[in-house]
Amino acid sequence: MKNSIIRVLVAKPGLDGHDRGAKVVARALRDAGMEVIYTGLRQTPEQIVETAIQEDVNVIGLSILSGAHMHLFPKLMKLLKEREAIDIIVMAGGIIPGEDIVELKKIGIKEIFTPGTDTNRIIEFIKENVKVVR
Amino acid sequence: MAEQDRRRRMEETKKQWEEGSLKKVLNRFPERNKVFVTGSNTEVNRLYDPFDLIDFDYIDELNFPGEYPYTRGVQPTMYRGRLWTMRQYAGFGDAEESNKRYQYLLKNGQTGLSIAFDLPTQIGYDSDHSMSHGEVGKVGVAIDSLEDMETLFNNIPLDKVSTSMTINAPAAVLLAMYIAIAEKQGISSSELNGTIQNDILKEYIARGTYIFPPVPSMRLITDIFDYCSKELPKWNTISISGYHIREAGATAIQEIAFTLANGIAYVDAAAKKGLDIDTFAPRLSFFFNAHNDLFEEVAKFRAARRIWAKIMKERFDAKDPKSMMLRFHTQTAGCTLTAQQPDNNVVRVAIQALAAVLGGTQSLHTNSRDEALSLPSQKSVRIALRTQQIIAYESGVAETIDPMAGSYYLESMTKKIEQGAMDYINKIDQLGGSPKAIEKGFIQREIQNSAYQYQKDIEEKKRIVVGVNQFQSEEEPMKDLLKVNPEIEKRQTEKLNKMKKKRNEAKVQKELKLLRKTALSKQNIMPSILNCVKCYATLGEICDELRSVFGEYRESLKI
Amino acid sequence: MKLSDRIRQGDTRAAAKLITMVENDFQQAQKYLKELQEYCGQATVIGITGPPGSGKSTITDRLAKHIRKIGKKIAIIAIDPSSPFTGGAILGDRIRMQDLSTDKDVFIRSIGTRGQLGGLSRSTQAVVKIMDAMGKEIIFIETVGVGQSEIEVIKVSDIILLLLMPGMGDDIQIIKAGIMEIGDIFVVNKSDREGTDRLIVEIEMMLSLNDVRKRNPAIIKTIGTENIGIEELWQEVERLNVYLQDKGEMQLRRKNRIRKEIHDLFLENWQELFFQFIGEDNIENEVQKILKQDIDPYSAVQKLTEVFKKQIIKGG
Ligand SMILES: Nc1nc2c(ncn2[C@@H]2O[C@H](COP(=O)(O)OP(=O)(O)O)[C@@H](O)[C@H]2O)c(=O)[nH]1
Ligand SMILES: [Mg+2]
Repeated sequence: MKNSIIRVLVAKPGLDGHDRGAKVVARALRDAGMEVIYTGLRQTPEQIVETAIQEDVNVIGLSILSGAHMHLFPKLMKLLKEREAIDIIVMAGGIIPGEDIVELKKIGIKEIFTPGTDTNRIIEFIKENVKVVR
Repeated sequence: MAEQDRRRRMEETKKQWEEGSLKKVLNRFPERNKVFVTGSNTEVNRLYDPFDLIDFDYIDELNFPGEYPYTRGVQPTMYRGRLWTMRQYAGFGDAEESNKRYQYLLKNGQTGLSIAFDLPTQIGYDSDHSMSHGEVGKVGVAIDSLEDMETLFNNIPLDKVSTSMTINAPAAVLLAMYIAIAEKQGISSSELNGTIQNDILKEYIARGTYIFPPVPSMRLITDIFDYCSKELPKWNTISISGYHIREAGATAIQEIAFTLANGIAYVDAAAKKGLDIDTFAPRLSFFFNAHNDLFEEVAKFRAARRIWAKIMKERFDAKDPKSMMLRFHTQTAGCTLTAQQPDNNVVRVAIQALAAVLGGTQSLHTNSRDEALSLPSQKSVRIALRTQQIIAYESGVAETIDPMAGSYYLESMTKKIEQGAMDYINKIDQLGGSPKAIEKGFIQREIQNSAYQYQKDIEEKKRIVVGVNQFQSEEEPMKDLLKVNPEIEKRQTEKLNKMKKKRNEAKVQKELKLLRKTALSKQNIMPSILNCVKCYATLGEICDELRSVFGEYRESLKI
Repeated sequence: MKLSDRIRQGDTRAAAKLITMVENDFQQAQKYLKELQEYCGQATVIGITGPPGSGKSTITDRLAKHIRKIGKKIAIIAIDPSSPFTGGAILGDRIRMQDLSTDKDVFIRSIGTRGQLGGLSRSTQAVVKIMDAMGKEIIFIETVGVGQSEIEVIKVSDIILLLLMPGMGDDIQIIKAGIMEIGDIFVVNKSDREGTDRLIVEIEMMLSLNDVRKRNPAIIKTIGTENIGIEELWQEVERLNVYLQDKGEMQLRRKNRIRKEIHDLFLENWQELFFQFIGEDNIENEVQKILKQDIDPYSAVQKLTEVFKKQIIKGG
């Protein structure tokens, strides 16, 4: 009996407490039949990577509005590489200016969703990409 | 007699209209929707007319401006006397940069300063803490010790300005620093004018910059109430905030219900401590959000005033009218701003600001059009301020008091919001008050349900957001977005290290030990904190000491 | 290196992958579980149950931190409910265990109930084995706290802590049924709240009425958020552990568990076999007949079982 369920870690790096987006997305993913590991506010890159590995997630979803993404995301990607876990897809959302998006995609963040993104787009993105990896 | 005749005539005419021309039109041209709702999903009727206000009692429900229950405003002349304060929340980089900006603003006639702190400061971490990396100076100014505060207020006479500080969990520490600087300037603390946000309950609910668990946090707050009522009589000790609750997805009704429920919790806590209601209640102020649905928002502000007045009078037995007056600051809704076609945001902000003014706000911050993209640029900040000025000087709405009063729709909506909010407040009372309702996750869950519903409505196009799910267009990305100087973190850390070498370390350790002792006792904590900041103990050191006594709060997930 | 060898060396990633396999494709996972079996049996498994919101995650976090001080390696299985409609879940217990996530000697895994009856206890047991083989010395299982499968799942543990809190009102009535009997230690959490003493009296009364095992489970007061009572709680766990070992009770529990495991695994295999042989079409056929009142469900299943029996005998 096979019963594969996509697992996603929804995490909030940085110190800001605006978790409306993260929670709406978490709920939408659950309603799309995924398992969402939700770890709450103020997550360090180390905590996020360690959690992603222990939970064996397919996707890490980062939500950040503090403006510290250019500092935290590269650190996180580096840790993922060190832990040989770059097969985990990383996506992000929040207030991230266009020029930063280009930079972040270069270091391996697969997709960045800006405010106002339809949750169905995020679900589709995950389904497409997780299938490819498997 | 004449009254009755008029009423009968009205009834007949309405019936004729409904069965005649209205019906005919409806048959040929059905309305756009089956049900019409406000921005917060409250149902709206086709028409409001005198029948909606049949039992309306002018004195009970509105009364004259400056009179209980203050529905029409807290002052007898409102904006005819003085316009609202145009207060733009600002603060960036380090203390030096911000100081320059403040001096400039003061030279240009502004008397109110509004200070934003960076996130490490708000959470009680020094700039060299590992959690602070990448956050120093990002969303506001970084304050590590009294030294930074001295720089921030260099050459600014504290008896001449009013200072609003957006600080919550470590509010006592920042307030102590402010008092210490005044002392150095030779100004008595009784002269000090300003506000600290100091509203921890909404941090647990919506904003997330908490440090300690609820019980010690409430103690810090009531200690501040107590201390200020004696030492800083002109200081606004709390700004009870619905703004962030709304941003997190609450409806208009939920915004004021949860905010006023928090207000009740603070008053309860202070009363339990033995403070006299009429000594601290006049220093309570509020902070609300202004959204796009014009009438609903105006009604919300008026309902909030009416409810609070009744609560203070009937529930808490306040005697001083000032204790019953709900004074509030408003900020336009950041969450309504779209990243798509950002110039459209100027129009949204204008409508929201208009709602705040028609609702009788005491002060107003208008958001900048590019806030969904990054920190606002200079140019956007200026447009935002000009928006307020156009409303004040060109629109004419400030020339008479509460101009929308008496509108069938507005008064009906005011009543509906009041009832909806009271239902929530009663429910929260049943749960044991707002701290308990927060612990149980009731308030968070209600807000998240609204947020989720809102998102679904947009995705299903039940709700149209211009430029987002309809009327999209190809666009050039915005240019000239503001970037924070990445050097600030390094500079700030160096400054901190240098300061630590200069200070009297033994004295610092001694004061921190004493602080610990006070924290464990029932004594007012303010004097101990004041002693700590005066010998340059850092914000992080003080908060760490308190963390070790009080513990740290962990959110509870309620989805 | 072989997956099982990597797990035995404590490789988190390998263990995490195998747990996923256990959840997604148990038949395949068995191959690796077999290789791990001989390295299991070292860990002490502690179940933590109690109504939602009673503080299970908080207490687990506190106990884990306490035990880390004596240097023991830890694993935590945190179970949250899956949606019966979509199969999705939001697993949020880790929020309370944030500081543990970067400790190399702590391994936490969140698990959704995924709605398979019996399946959850089977996979929980497999996850325990993986963690055991990794060298974790204490394994916690935090359960959902409500529902039918609750008791089955919690029985995977050696020692069961039952959390209660004051102010639950009638909830205690609900807990009584079934769960009261399996609690080895009663933890009255949130004892900073009113009603703590009353709750303790209630528990004592209930125990003296209901308990046929003639034992005297300890009742420990804790305040999870303030780290109060944690040391006492752990001392009691250790004391009980020694006691159960000495009395041979632990051995008995483990034996029962193995019996249960065989039963579960067997059932699952047969179930799968049954549906393979019979096929969806045959079942649909019977459903149609029942709908039309041509047959009753009892006779229909009897018939299918007969067919199945014959098939098996034929197949050898
Ligand atoms: N007052 C009080 N609250 C507690 C205590 N232990 C846990 N809590 C709170 O109770 C809520 C639920 O705790 P959690 O550990 O998530 O419960 P679970 O659902 O059983 O896992 C959280 O808000 C905790 O902070 C305690 O001893 N006293
Ligand atoms: Mg839990």
